[in-house]
Amino acid sequence: MDNNKVITAHELTKRFGDFTAVDKITFEVTRGEIFGFLGANGAGKTTAMRMLSGLSLPTSGQATVAGFDVYKQNEQIKKNIGYMSQKFSLYEDLTVKENIRFYAGIYGKSDAFIKEKTGYILDHLHMTSEANKLVGSLPLGWKQKLAFSVAIFHEPQLVFLDEPTGGVDPVTRREFWQMIYEAAETGITVFVTTHYMDEAEYCNRVSIMVDGRIEALDTPGGLKRTFGARSMDEVFLKLARAAKRSE
Amino acid sequence: MRTLKFLLQKEFRQIFRNPAILRIIFVMPMIQLLILPLAADYEVKNIKLAVVDHDHSSYSRQLISKITASGYFKLDNYNGSYKEALQEVEKDHADLVLEIPDHFEKNLVKEDASTLFIAINAINGVKAGLGSAYLQSIIRDFNGQVREEWVQFPRFSPETQVMVTSSNWFNPMMNYRYFMVPGILVILVTLVGSFLASLNIVKEKEVGTIEQINVTPVRKYQFILGKLIPFWLLGLFVLTLGLGVARFAYGIIPAGSLFTIYVFAAVFLLAVLGLGLLVSTFCSTQQQAILISFFMMMVFILLGGLYTSIESMPEWAQWLTKINPVSYFIDVMRMVVLKGSGLADIKTHLLTVFGIAVLLNGWAVVSYRKRS
Repeated sequence: MDNNKVITAHELTKRFGDFTAVDKITFEVTRGEIFGFLGANGAGKTTAMRMLSGLSLPTSGQATVAGFDVYKQNEQIKKNIGYMSQKFSLYEDLTVKENIRFYAGIYGKSDAFIKEKTGYILDHLHMTSEANKLVGSLPLGWKQKLAFSVAIFHEPQLVFLDEPTGGVDPVTRREFWQMIYEAAETGITVFVTTHYMDEAEYCNRVSIMVDGRIEALDTPGGLKRTFGARSMDEVFLKLARAAKRSE
Repeated sequence: MRTLKFLLQKEFRQIFRNPAILRIIFVMPMIQLLILPLAADYEVKNIKLAVVDHDHSSYSRQLISKITASGYFKLDNYNGSYKEALQEVEKDHADLVLEIPDHFEKNLVKEDASTLFIAINAINGVKAGLGSAYLQSIIRDFNGQVREEWVQFPRFSPETQVMVTSSNWFNPMMNYRYFMVPGILVILVTLVGSFLASLNIVKEKEVGTIEQINVTPVRKYQFILGKLIPFWLLGLFVLTLGLGVARFAYGIIPAGSLFTIYVFAAVFLLAVLGLGLLVSTFCSTQQQAILISFFMMMVFILLGGLYTSIESMPEWAQWLTKINPVSYFIDVMRMVVLKGSGLADIKTHLLTVFGIAVLLNGWAVVSYRKRS
C-alpha cells in the first residue's frame, strides 16, 4: 500500500436499480492535496463521496480511504475522515461551543484537547463572542466556516467537503478557501466538490464527472491546455454539454 | 461510555431547550389527567324523558316522580299522544318515551297487572341501553312497592322470589375515576415514550444531522442508547407526575406498591421505545412519523381496554389486544392501583411485555443502518 495515497478508487460503481449513479470511476488522491471533484448536478459526485466516506455501500469496484477498505473497514475510515455535507449539519438548537464539544467528544477527544482547541478555533474564526449563541441564529457564511472547523476539529487525514460554499457570499467564499489552504498546510487532504469554476482554479488537481464517469483528471493548467480553453469554465462547459442525463 | 455521555448530554440539552417538548412533558399530562377522567365517565345521566300519561292517576304520577327523583332522567315534556312524543324524539328533545296506558292504576289494583310502553332513541347505543335498563329497574322497584301496598304475601309465595344483593369489590363506590385515571396515565406514558422518541430521530433525518453522525465513529448501539435513555427517563418522569396528580387531585393511592408499578413501567417503556425506534427507521419525514403514530395511538387506545372492556370484544379483536403492550399496562395499572397486586401477580404481563420489547427493539436495531 502506497502510504502517500489517501484515496485510491478502482472501477468504483454504484447502481440504484437500473440507474448507474457512479460508473467505474478510477482515481487516486495524494496526501496533502486539494482535490477538486467537479460535475454537473446529478453527475454522481455526492454518491461517489458517500461511498468513500462509508455512508453508502459500493455495488462493485475497489476503494481504500486512509489505507482502509471501504467494504470492510468503514468504521476505521470514519475515525480518519471529516465530512461536511451539502445539507448544513450542525445542531441549530445547540450553541457554537456545544456543537464543537459534541462533535469533538464523539470522536473521542480528551476534555483538555477540546478546551484548548475550541478556544483557538473560536479566536481564529473571530467568533469568541458568539460562543454561547445558538448556531441557528448565525448567518449562513459563519455557519459554513464553523461547520468546516468542526469537520476537521479531530485532525483527520482527509476531509470531504460537499459544495461547502453553496449560497455563500464572495467575501466569505474567499475566507473559506483561505481556511481550506490552512488545513491543507497542516497535512489534511481536502476532497472538495463545487460548482464555482474560480474555486476549481484553486485546487491542485481537478476531476470532472459527466454522467457518472470521470471524463477528465489533471491540474487546472493541464486541463485548460488539453481542451484548448482559457478558463476552467470553458473546460467544464465543453465536457458537461456532452452529458445525456438531465438535472 | 464517553461517547454515550456526549450523546446524552446533547440530547438532554436539546430536549430542555425545546419549549414544545417541555409543554408536552409537563403540561399535557396535568391537563389531560385533570380533565379527561371527568369526561370519560361511563354513567349515563341527564337522559331526556318524554312522558305520555293517558291515565292521570295518582299511581302514574307516583311512578313519574320516582323516575325523575332517581337523578338519571330529566323530564322533558308531558305529551298528549304517543305521536307527539315521538316528534320530540325526532327533534332530539327526548331520548326515551314512556307511555302509561289508560286504566293503569285500575288494572294494577284490580287485576294485579298492567302494561307500560317504552320507546327508545337508539342512535346513541350506550345511552339507549343504559337508559332503558335504568328505567326498567326503577319500574320493577315501583312494582314491588305497589305489590307490598296491596297484596298480602301468603306465607309461602306461589312464585319463587330471588333477591340479589351485590357488593363491589376493589372499588366499592364504583368510582369511574379510579378506573379511568390509571388508564389515561398509561396512554400518556406511551405517548411520551414512543412518539416523542420517534419524532426526535426522524427530525435528525429530516435536518440531515443523522448523516453527520453516521460518518463519525459513533456506533449504532451508542446512537440508539443515546436516544432511548432520555425518553425512557422522561416516560418514568411523566408516570411520576401522573401518579402525583392521581393522588392529589383524585385521592387515588395505589393499593399495591409503587415499586411494582415502576418495574412494570420500566419494561413497558422499553417496548414502546422500541416501537418508536422502529417507526423512525421506516419514516423519512416527521409528517410521516406523526401520521403513523396517530394511527397506532388510535389502535392502542381502542384495542387497549381503556374505554371498552376487552372481554366483550369479538375473539379476533381479543387476539389483537394480546400484541398491544398498552393493554397489558392498563391492566397492570388497574390491578396494582385497585386490587393491590404484587410482582408475582403480574408476572405473566411483565414477561409478555418484556418479550414484545425484545422483539421490537431487535427489529428496530436490525433495520437501522448507518450505511445504505
